[in-house]
Amino acid sequence: MRLAILDNGHGFGTKALFAFIRTVSRQPVLDVVKLVKYRPGFYGNPMSALTQEAMRGPSTWSVGDRELMAAFVAKTIHCEFCTKAHSAVAQKAYRDGKNVSAVLSDLDLTVIEEPLRATLLMLGKLTREHAVNADDIRAVLVAGASRQQIEGALAVCFSFNVIGRLADAFGFSVPGLEAFEAGAKYLLARGYR
Amino acid sequence: MPNFGRARKALERRVLDGAGKASPSDRRSAFNNSGLPEPVGALVDTVARHAYRVADEDFAAARTSGMSEDQVFEIVVCAAIGESARLYDTALAALQSATGKE
Repeated sequence: MRLAILDNGHGFGTKALFAFIRTVSRQPVLDVVKLVKYRPGFYGNPMSALTQEAMRGPSTWSVGDRELMAAFVAKTIHCEFCTKAHSAVAQKAYRDGKNVSAVLSDLDLTVIEEPLRATLLMLGKLTREHAVNADDIRAVLVAGASRQQIEGALAVCFSFNVIGRLADAFGFSVPGLEAFEAGAKYLLARGYR
Repeated sequence: MPNFGRARKALERRVLDGAGKASPSDRRSAFNNSGLPEPVGALVDTVARHAYRVADEDFAAARTSGMSEDQVFEIVVCAAIGESARLYDTALAALQSATGKE
């Protein structure tokens, strides 16, 4: 990472935790974990609470839908780390890896529910162009998404614009598939707390 | 989403007004992507607009300008949260306009 403090500036207890994670998972500690555990009172704790609410709080979007939105937003901002990480979680949540890859490759050609497709299109435009207008939102409502669902999707978008930008800015390492698989299992079982 | 709103307020209050190594004024400027001198201003703008283009040189320049690693950490965090907050608020305003509700 571009800041040495994020690699090795943690306290003794956190370093011991990282050693435990490496031993049990037989995988490197993901840089996203190192980030949230560095001075956690500043960023990691309040951001984890926010992300838990967006990704696992009450919603009529499924966990898979929200993880797919996270991967889609990450892909839109060209964040390889978060795209791979949250594709892996969405694939496990849906038990359908093929469709997740298809959505990320070409949303127009993939068969998914219209409210989800329209929502992803809106999140993509917002993230790419830094703007959406009332007509863009009406298109999502017409497709069948509720106001609450749009608010929920915007919460996911907030989280992953933050995390994806930080992953790229701080220079997260992108590990192999096995590390993302282990991370996906953890996130499905334990969430973001 | 009342719980998300509360979590967002708590996050923003913490990074902007809580204890930190960078001054609250610099953290606020990074959040707003406005008013920081170069080269830190350029780093903040890149994080906000296209973070995937951030390079090692951007961090090195910020450090050379006299900022510690902790200060750069805080400034970059504030830049990412600020941009994400603007996106969220823009879309929420469009939603309110589309539905005619607060």
